[in-house]
Amino acid sequence: MSSSAPDQPETTTPAIRPVRRRRLLRSAGVRFAVLYALVFGVSTILLAASLRYSTIGLLDRQTHEAIRTDARGLAAHFKTGGLSALVLTLDGRINEDINENAIYLLVDPLGNRIAGNLSRWPQGIDTPQVWYQVPVERTGKRSHALMRFYDLPGGFQLLVGRDVSARTQLRRLLRDGLIWALAAMVLLGTLGALIIRGLFKRALADISATTRAIARGDLTQRVRRSGHGDEFDELAETINDMLDRITKLMNGVREVSNAIAHDLRTPITRARARLEDAASHARTEEELRGAVDRATGELDGVVKVFQALLRIAEIEAGARRSAFANIDLTPVLEDLAEFFEAVAEERHIAIDTHWPSDLPMVGDRDMLQQAVANLLENAIKFSPPDHRVTISARMDAANIEIEIADEGPGIPEADRPRATERFYRGELARSTPGTGLGLALVAAIAQLHGGVLRLEDNAPGLRAVLVLPRRALNPEATLRIKLWAQTVRKAETQSGADAQRGA
Amino acid sequence: MRILVVEDDKDVAGFVVKGLREAGHTVEHADNGRDGLFMAASENFDAIILDRMLPGGIDGLRLLETLRAQDNATPVMFLSALGQVDDRVKGLKAGGDDYLTKPFAFAELLARVEAMSRRGKGEGPTTRLGVGDLEMDLLSRGVKRAGQKIDLQPREFRLLEYLMRHAGQVVTRTMLLEGVWDYHFDPQTNVIDVHISRLRQKIDKPFEAPLLHTVRNAGYMLRVEEP
Repeated sequence: MSSSAPDQPETTTPAIRPVRRRRLLRSAGVRFAVLYALVFGVSTILLAASLRYSTIGLLDRQTHEAIRTDARGLAAHFKTGGLSALVLTLDGRINEDINENAIYLLVDPLGNRIAGNLSRWPQGIDTPQVWYQVPVERTGKRSHALMRFYDLPGGFQLLVGRDVSARTQLRRLLRDGLIWALAAMVLLGTLGALIIRGLFKRALADISATTRAIARGDLTQRVRRSGHGDEFDELAETINDMLDRITKLMNGVREVSNAIAHDLRTPITRARARLEDAASHARTEEELRGAVDRATGELDGVVKVFQALLRIAEIEAGARRSAFANIDLTPVLEDLAEFFEAVAEERHIAIDTHWPSDLPMVGDRDMLQQAVANLLENAIKFSPPDHRVTISARMDAANIEIEIADEGPGIPEADRPRATERFYRGELARSTPGTGLGLALVAAIAQLHGGVLRLEDNAPGLRAVLVLPRRALNPEATLRIKLWAQTVRKAETQSGADAQRGA
Repeated sequence: MRILVVEDDKDVAGFVVKGLREAGHTVEHADNGRDGLFMAASENFDAIILDRMLPGGIDGLRLLETLRAQDNATPVMFLSALGQVDDRVKGLKAGGDDYLTKPFAFAELLARVEAMSRRGKGEGPTTRLGVGDLEMDLLSRGVKRAGQKIDLQPREFRLLEYLMRHAGQVVTRTMLLEGVWDYHFDPQTNVIDVHISRLRQKIDKPFEAPLLHTVRNAGYMLRVEEP
């Protein structure tokens, strides 16, 4: 792949022109404009063709028919009255001037004129029953005539025709008109194409300018709406929604990194200070060891925060749905209640439990354990002595609700929406040990299961309600996740194979 | 015990090797996957501590898979900075016996390696466990100390059973959390200590010599105190 690059021209100069042409065609505006001009042109040509067919074609057909009828009538006269009757009829027609465009010529077998209004047999006419269009000279005027001759019995030949100079004029008129129309079409087509391209460019210019600004890092830009409510407006709206979401995520990331900076900097600073202080001031080995131990403890706290953050990120990425299985929450709750009951009892807190004998659902057992454990530990941590913590669970067709309530200080209503943010710590929580990540983790776990964590007032205290859909995901979502996982796995093995090949 | 440490980070390797030697083990060290695989395959070890990301073309996972493909059943503990659940699952699926995420406390590593290699020796199906005058009958689920019957809750029984199976070894809180309760999260409260102290009330308090000892900065150990 590195040595051969077939699409890269060896020498740049001669390749520039075709590339530019292709790039011009790659512009959607130009493409649409060309398409527009093409459609316009084709429809004009079709219109001209039909116009021509219906005028000149019709006249042609009418002339042919007239000549044929004329010839048939004259032939009948010849048949019934012989040559003299035919000559008489011809002379009569010519003299009476029934049709000034009519042309007749009757010749004997030697080619001598017997009757008719042509002085001589026109040149080039030698096959009977064939249409000829030839220039003729008639009463001193040069004009065009459409004619045809018939062999009569006895070697006589009858030429019947019509002067079509009027039609020729019409044809010329039509042709000129069409040429003008074509010129107008080319002009209009080009103009229209340019207008379309301009419209496209203008409609897209704002979008591309905005997105370019965003790409440069200016997240305040938004696509202007034209107000027509058209497709471009729809696109602009979609893009703006996307930008809002990106901005929100970016702010979230910024907040988290600020919080990380603060929450990790503090213990690291303390550990560092302790170590430095011990290094320069510790008098005994015991003092030194104590300082080192405490610094190690601080660092363990940092690691804990790290792990919690990574775990939340891992859960939020949704990568852990692979561990979803059919589980029963009742034994999970029983075990957790028993596990923490020891701590509660030590603090003189009673744990009340109410739940049905089974709580079947689809989910990740380990994570739900952790979610309930976090809520329960919180409740025990903030519950005053000689009060109770209540764990209860309810189930309906769609959801399982796990409720953990304490009689502690609770969270003020104004703070509740923020309580599940990473590193959020309420006024009261600030003095207690903790990472500020517990509720964020619970919320992430709930979200992964398609549920929510609700924080309510227990008057007094906090009531945390974990609402979990029993069938956590609809089949379509499950399928999507499965496909996604397959793709990821494929990509992983692919990159693994690439790496091996590379090594 | 003879332990092989395959770890490319000099500081971490030095720290682990020194600690294991201090704990009385014989330690060999390889700083890349190729040498590690060669040593693991050609010599006998009681345990292998294996980093996942290694130089030398063979990473920890491949090393272990190759080893297992040769029917080598030496207990292996992964020591890795890759700490996500999927990473752990991958490590255990490849044939690892334990998985410890960096950063780690040495006490945790030592306790886990010792527990792992003992597990590897193939404990036959025992029906009775005993530490000093403390006896546990696994069939009747009865516990006696100095002939005196002790009543335990089911979970307390399992906690004591775990401690007795690892008698003479340090057992960390994480090991108890995973081994007794099958929990894989880190409680904020000292809940394990509370459970231990409850157990202590029942098996140690009424008797003269304590069996359940707290090991500072590490965990707990069940053993008979030498006079």
